[in-house]
This record gives sequence, structure tokens and C-alpha cells, in this order.
Amino acid sequence: MTRERLTRWLVAGPPFVFMVVFFVLPALIMVAASFRIPGEHGGLAPLHEHGAWQLTPETYAFFFSDFIYTEIFLKSFLVAALTTFLCILMAYPLALLITRVPKRFRDVMILLVVLPFASNFLIRVYAWMIILGPQGALSAAVNRVAGAFGLEPVALLFSPVAVVVGMVYVHLPFMVLPLYTNLEKHDPLLLDAAQDLGANAWQRFWRVTWSLSLPGVYAGSALVFIPVLGMFAVPDILGGTGDILIGNLIKEQFLGTRDWPFGSTLSIMLTLMVLASAALAMRLARRSLAHA
Amino acid sequence: MREARTGLWAAALLVYLFLYLPLAVVVVYSFNDSRLNAEWVGFTWRWYRVLLADEGMLHAAVNSILIALGASLVATVLGTMAGLAIHRYHLRVLPILVITPVAMPEILLGVSLLLFFIQVLHLTLGLVSVLIAHITFCVGFVAIVVRARLAGMDESIFEAARDLGATPWQVFRRVTLPLILPAVIAGALMSFTLSIDDFVITFFTAGVGVSTLPLQIYSMIKIAVTPEVNAVSTLLMLLTLAMILLAARFDRTVLRGRG
Repeated sequence: MTRERLTRWLVAGPPFVFMVVFFVLPALIMVAASFRIPGEHGGLAPLHEHGAWQLTPETYAFFFSDFIYTEIFLKSFLVAALTTFLCILMAYPLALLITRVPKRFRDVMILLVVLPFASNFLIRVYAWMIILGPQGALSAAVNRVAGAFGLEPVALLFSPVAVVVGMVYVHLPFMVLPLYTNLEKHDPLLLDAAQDLGANAWQRFWRVTWSLSLPGVYAGSALVFIPVLGMFAVPDILGGTGDILIGNLIKEQFLGTRDWPFGSTLSIMLTLMVLASAALAMRLARRSLAHA
Repeated sequence: MREARTGLWAAALLVYLFLYLPLAVVVVYSFNDSRLNAEWVGFTWRWYRVLLADEGMLHAAVNSILIALGASLVATVLGTMAGLAIHRYHLRVLPILVITPVAMPEILLGVSLLLFFIQVLHLTLGLVSVLIAHITFCVGFVAIVVRARLAGMDESIFEAARDLGATPWQVFRRVTLPLILPAVIAGALMSFTLSIDDFVITFFTAGVGVSTLPLQIYSMIKIAVTPEVNAVSTLLMLLTLAMILLAARFDRTVLRGRG
């Protein structure tokens, strides 16, 4: 072995081995666990028993046998899509503005987006418990309006609305940063050229700025959509009993009912969904780059 | 054009309000002399005194700090190696291995490690399992920051050192390390913050015996919300804020979130 190769292995080896042992191996174990049989007292039944290997695709059949699981996956998909949409809606004007202020203000404005993110994730979710809580000013105001229209009082906390608000709040910076990075690179001369060619403000935005920013939109969407798909803590804290998503289902299998094979199956289905969304985002981003 | 600009400012201010109002509410109510997070009654330090007398919370804080120190130390070494290797040798698999755990929903890493620790290693969940889990997701962050720093550097410096007969270790110790040190420190501080803040992965790998600050906060939120949560949240906010700003002083990649 040459000295160069030895150095290479000494540098790359330790992180490589660590990640294989504590990331790749556990992932493979989970794939295997999804084909196993739940143990009598939870966990997994022995792999080899009664003179035969105890492997079965049963948990996958079980997943599709009851529509409730598909429904929870669809609901998680919708929540993730809605959260992504709302994040784009909020992040875009902000990111656009930051690129148009004098350079010395830009870093501060970006810093102000990232800073809340520095506080603990649970604290950020908990903050919404206070704001949306029945004693909060927001609930009072909403219910006064609802009362004026003769509607029943509504609870904001422990509702799907609270779940989406919490999801948007926790993931918003993930949308602002890639959008800003993209928008910052646009050449302002393009907008001038469009104006000279007679494009109105809307056309300049839609045909120039928005089309050029699509790679940023797709990158931000992937960064929001993917973590939301698997999030269990937000629905757990802000949602009601009916608002469970994939993450809550997985948590329940591993820590509640202790049906590990089914929990593993659910995790693998989630992984597949994540991979499909990431692949889609990458494809769209590449295509929009090719067109730009 | 001017109207469009005013509209943008209005939208941006609303977003900033959305970002800061909830946190401000938490901080303000931590000084409120009432058991309810409902209306302002009067100023008090009471919840901070309750917090300092809460042994469970203090124990959890000690655990959190120990885990964060250990995880950031190991993750910084492994992450720096990974960043160097990826940059120098143009590796294909290693970047995927270190980045994927960061890019996946956290719950997946949490449950797969839970399975692995119990089923394969027969490990009793506790400090060690949490420590390993935290290292797994911190390595990627350090690698990203270190690699970004290396990418902006003139290769000829390293070539010059090699041409002058320096061994790989001498090149690293005398040339590379001093140059990437700000990124390494920033990565270490980032790892410390990520570790002390982590809830999801800790939740699955801690078992019943060990508690950390986020786990303690979670059980308080789920069982009984008292303004003590606001007090611990405020202190934790100050701590992580200080860490992030400190990290940013060493390397700006930390703030911009880009490689």
C-alpha cells in the first residue's frame, strides 16, 4: 500500500466506519425487523424458532388491510404539503426584500430569521401552547368574532390548525435561507431589460424573478416537506387525539404497543416517501435549471 | 415600484412578528407572578427560584451538558476527518453517509438506533446510547462546515508544504489545521448546541433511566404546564443564543446555512 493510500484510509476510515456501524447497519436492521414477528411481550420474536426462519411480509399486508394507516399517511402528506405552501408564502416576500435592501442590512436581517431557530425546538412548540391556549388573547379574539356570527366557540389549541401553525413556525427558516441564497444571485439588469421590453410589474415578477428562483423554491420545499412528514412532536404537543401523523404512529409502535415489526414497516414506508419526495425535488430543480 | 417595496416591508414585518412574538411571550411569562400563562399579574423571580430548587431539572441539565461535551468532542474529530477526506480525495460515499442522517426525518434515526442498541448490541439505554446517537447526527454538521472552509482555500499552499518535504501529518498540523481551525471550533460549538437541544433522537435512545433538559421540558409540557417551563426555556434560549453567536464569530457558514 502506498503512503498516499494509507493516509487516505487513516483520514477517511474512522468517520466511514462510525457511520457504517451506527447509521447504515441500524437502517439495515430495521429493514430486517419489518419482516419479523412481534415478540410475546413486545419487541421481536426470535429469528429462528420451531426449526424455521421466522420471516414474513405480513406487516406490509397488515398496513394495507386497514385503510386507517393509508389515511394517516395521506394526512401527513397533506399537512406537509400545506406547511410547505405556507412557508413559501411567508418566506418569499421576506427573502425578496432582503435581497433588495442595502448590503450592510442583509446579514442582520438573515440573522434575525435564524436566531429564533437557536432556541430549543420544544420551547418554540410550547410557545404556541400559550398563544393558542384557551386563556390566550388570540382564542378570546377568535371566539368573539365567531360569537358575532352566532358560531359555537372553537378551541384553537389541540386542533389541526395548531399543528400546521406549529409546523410552519418550526420550519420557516429552512425555506427563507435557500430562497435568499438563490434570489441574491439574480442579476438586477434582467428586470430592467424586462421593463424596457414592456413587461409590467407582475410579468417581471412572474416571468423573471419567480422562474429563476424555482431551484431555490424546490430546495426549500424539500427542506420543509421532508422533516414535516416524519414529525411526531408537533402533533403530539399541539394536536388533538385525532390529529396523529406518521411520526406519532411510529412512536406508538416502538414505545407504546411495542410492535416493532410494524413500527419498522411504517418507518420504511416513511423512508420511501422521503426518498420519493427528495428525488422529485431534485428532478424539478434540475429541470428548472435547464430551462433557465 | 415604491408600492411593491412597501408591500414587501409590510409582509416582512409580519413574518418577523410571527417569528419573535411566541418567544417573547415565553420570556415575559417567565417573570409573571401567576400560575397561569394567561394575564400579566406582576413581576417575580419566583419561577427561577422554583427552577433552581428542582433537582430533577438540575440532574437533567448535568446529563445534557455531559452528553453535549462528549458528543461534540467526538463528532468534531470525526467530522473534521470526514470534511478533510471528502475535500481532498473527492469521495462519493462518505458525503452521503454523513449528510443523510441530517437530511432524514429525525424519528427514523431515533427508532433505527433504538432497534440496533437493544436488538444487536444488547445495550441498556442510557447515557452511552444517547451519546452515540448524538455523535451520529453531529458528524455531518462538522463535516459541512470544515469542507466549506477548505473549498475556499488555495490548494497551492498544501502543495507547497508537500513539495518542501512535509509528511502528511506535518502538513495537517502546521498548515491545514491552523487554517481550518475557525471552522473546527464553529463545528464543535454547533455540535454542542445541536446535542443539548436535541429532543426527538434522545427521546428514542434515552430509555427510562436517563433524562436530559429537553426530555424534562417535554414531560413538563405534557403533564402540567407551570411557568417553571418558561423560566427554563428562557435560560436555555440565552445559552443557545450565546453558543450560536460564538460559533458565528468563528465561521459564518453556521449562520448562512449553506456549504
